[in-house]
Order: sequence, then C-alpha cells, then structure tokens
Amino acid sequence: MKKLINDVNDVVKDSLLGMEAAHSDLVGVDHGNKVVYRIDAPIANKVGIISGGGSGHEPLHGGFVGLGMLDAACAGEVFTSPVPDQMFAATKLVDGGQGVLHIVKNYTGDVMNFDMAAEMAAAEGIRVESVVVDDDVAVQDSLYTAGRRGVGLTVLMEKIVGAAAEEGKDLDYCVALANRVNDNGRSMGMALSGCTVPAAGKPSFELAEDEIEVGIGIHGEPGRARRKIGTAGEIAEMLVRPILDDLDYRGSEVIAFVNGMGATPLIELYVMYNEVAQILEAAGVRIVRCLVGNYITSLDMAGCSVTLLKADDEMIRLWDAPVWTPGLRWGK
Amino acid sequence: MALDSLAVDAWLKDFASEIHDNAELLTDLDREIGDGDHGINMDRGMRAVAALNPSEFPAAADYLKKAGMTLVSTVGGASGPLYGTFFLRVGMAWTTVEDAASLGLALRTGLDGIIQRGKASIGDKTLVDALSPALDAFDAHASEGISAALAAAALACAEGRDGTIPLIAHKGRASYLGERSAGHQDPGATSMTMLVEAASRTLS
Repeated sequence: MKKLINDVNDVVKDSLLGMEAAHSDLVGVDHGNKVVYRIDAPIANKVGIISGGGSGHEPLHGGFVGLGMLDAACAGEVFTSPVPDQMFAATKLVDGGQGVLHIVKNYTGDVMNFDMAAEMAAAEGIRVESVVVDDDVAVQDSLYTAGRRGVGLTVLMEKIVGAAAEEGKDLDYCVALANRVNDNGRSMGMALSGCTVPAAGKPSFELAEDEIEVGIGIHGEPGRARRKIGTAGEIAEMLVRPILDDLDYRGSEVIAFVNGMGATPLIELYVMYNEVAQILEAAGVRIVRCLVGNYITSLDMAGCSVTLLKADDEMIRLWDAPVWTPGLRWGK
Repeated sequence: MALDSLAVDAWLKDFASEIHDNAELLTDLDREIGDGDHGINMDRGMRAVAALNPSEFPAAADYLKKAGMTLVSTVGGASGPLYGTFFLRVGMAWTTVEDAASLGLALRTGLDGIIQRGKASIGDKTLVDALSPALDAFDAHASEGISAALAAAALACAEGRDGTIPLIAHKGRASYLGERSAGHQDPGATSMTMLVEAASRTLS
C-alpha cells in the first residue's frame, strides 16, 4: 500500500484538519464528533439538512457543506457509517427551529445509526425527518435484501434539497422533494480496479488486466458481474441501458451525472460523457443539465458511475440556484 | 451470586481479546462479501469496552449497558447498533440473572433487540444465524446448569456460523452480491461465535 498518510488510524482526523484549514471561510469542524458544519450554522428559521456516511467518498459529504447544500456532514471511519452520537450532535448544531432533514444513503449500517440518532433527537424535542436514497439499479430491489444502495443520486439530492431549504421551504416540502428526487433518479457504476482501505492495506478486489467489475457500489464491494473490458461506448451501454430499462425516461428531461470513482482522470470521464450523451439522444432523452467529475468516490478506485435524474422544472430551477461549498460552487 | 460485575468483566475482556487476536480474519471474511472492515471496527469498539473501569460499575447490569452504549458510540457500521443493542438489552434484563434460566432469558432479550434493530430473519446470512440456534441449545440444556448450557450454546453457535457458508445473503452489504455471497462464511456470525464462546469460558 502506497498512500499519502501519516498513520492509518489518523486518516479521517488528519483529513478533517486539512479541510478545516483549507476552507475556514466556509466550514467549521467539530473534531470530537467529526462533524463538518456550515460556518454560519444554525441558521434561524431554515430547515437544517444533514448527511453523513463513511469517509472515503470525498468530496461527499463534507465537501458539500455550505450555502445552498448541506448544513452539516458526519464523517465516519473509512467506508463505515458514523455513529449515532455524531448525527445527534450535527442535528443539534444545525437546528434553526424548523426541524432537520437527514439524507441517508441506503446501507444497513447507515440506516440503523441514523435511526438511533433520530430517536435521540426526538427525545430532545427536535423534529427530524429522514429520507433514504436508494438509486443503484445494480442491486435487485426486493423485500428480501437490504435494498438498493444509495450512490450518485445522493449528490444531486443534496444540491436540490439544499437549495430548497436555503430559500426557506419547510421540512415537509423538503421531505417530499427529496422523495421525488429519489423516485426519479437511477444510477449504475463500474470499476477498472478495486480500492485500498488504509486500515486494511490490501485492495478490496483484484481485477485482471482485461477485466472490469460492473454494478459496483462505492465501498470497494464487488459488483454483480465481472466482464471483459470493452470500448468506452460499450461500457457506457452497460451502465446506461440498465438505468433506462428500470425507469421510463422516454421524452423526459434529465440531469446527467458522470461520476469518477477517484482514480479515473477527467479526460476519460469526458470520453464517457460523450458516449452517454449519444445513447441518451438516440433513446429520446434530453439532457438539460449535467455534472462531470469526481464527486462521490471510492478512495483510489478507478472507474465511473452514471446517474440520470428525470428532472421537473422545480428541480432544474433548484439545481441552478446558487451553491457555495468546498466541492461544488456556482451562481453566487 | 456468581454472575456479578466481575464475571461480566471477564466475559467482556475475553471477547475483546478474541476480537483483537482475530481482527484480521474477520476483516478478511468481510472483504470477501462485504466492505472489509468488520474486524477493524469491532476491535476499535471492544478496545474501548476493555478500557472501561469495572470498579465504576458495581452492578453487572450497569456494566453491560455501558458496554452497549460504548459499542454504539465507537463501532459504527451495522455492527455498532447490533452489538450495542445486544449488550444494552442484555443489561436491562440482567438484574434478575441468578440461574441458567434467567441467563438464557437475558441473552434472548439481547437477540430480540438485534432482530428488532436489524430486521434480519433466520437464513439471511447474518449473526442471527449463529446466535439464534445457540440460544435454542442453551434453553435445551438449561436444566443442566449454566456451564453445560453455555457449552452447548457455543457448539450450536459455531455450527450456525459454519451453516452461513452456503447461504445467500439477504441483509447487509453482502446482500448486494446476490448468489455470489454463497460459499463465504458470514463475518458477523463469526464474531458472534467468539462472543458466545467467550461467555462459555467465563460465565459459570
């Protein structure tokens, strides 16, 4: 393992110190609770939006704390859900009197820890609502599994719902909007390589020179199938087709998001975006907004994911609204 | 009464050292079908539990509850709420533990807490597949006393753990693999077996 770290046990701590030093104009960090919060939190009469999850997905979530997006983010250990104490501390920190929305990615651990935090907040009289993101079409959704994973759509949800809260929408509105985003968005990812959790020291999985893993999540877990590598166009088909098969996008306007898993250069992500755009055009789907880059990563994994959100006028308006965070900035 | 705070201390410390010694095994098992952090997370949590000062908890029930809260606050992932809830519930029921029957009842309260929190059923390839048959075996041998009941529980727990190998996971991150999760031993059932084996060594 070759990494830019001091000690495997201090990766999250040291990274948060660096984030605070780099972005002290935007965020503060409660190092005891590993909570990144908006420097002006709590904002009176604004719904608080918090999220969190395992570390290793940067800039998600801490990099999306700031104007028009999250009020706070809880950083767990690498690929491990934060503990309830962290979400409870974040909830108290950002509660401006209008309640707090928890945006939770659908993983067994995340859901349980956020549930416990919501119970703790309720006991203190803070109104908390939770929305679980589960957009990954690689996972068969059924009553008999943990359900679909929350992946790329989380970024779009945090942006759109964060904008709604920023302009003063109430908690019920934010919950309904978040659920609408979840119902209309789907993702699919692939890996060219596994990733190495610092504390584990070994890659999560090994792929031969000519192999790819299709249907991966964001924690280095293997995907649904191992295949021979193809051209970017063929791989784009492997990602986009299952999304279009899962939800009827024909005739709709979408926000298209091509996301890098951490170790894939932007030049390849643009190659992929071009392929995705062509497939969508042929399928009668109109891209009205897009995002290309590394926004929800899996440490040093190489690969990418595609997220398509069927966007209504309200979502597009909120997407365009000002955002000013370490990881996403426009319109201010 | 035998099952006092000192007995609980021995149980927790034995489990902590088993987890520590086998952290890499647990992490390797988790890497095959999960996200490769079970040993790391459980070790962090149990080291925090082992650092508790037993003299601050003269009542065994309070010690167990504190251990549960410590796990909830330090482990994260799914294991934190599950093991944390287990010890919290066992602690709540522990006030009345004086014989095998009441110990069995306390442990079952912990299992019920795990099922409530994690919503897993038998056969989902989780720690429930180890703990549930263990407690059935405990009950079947409860009339022979605590030692015999715990010994039977430890054997059944290990059998349940081994029985997870062919199963297809329906809960947790392993469920994302579908059929590819078969052929691998569940890491949670493995650590749970260490907990029951530690109980068998220390609580009697």
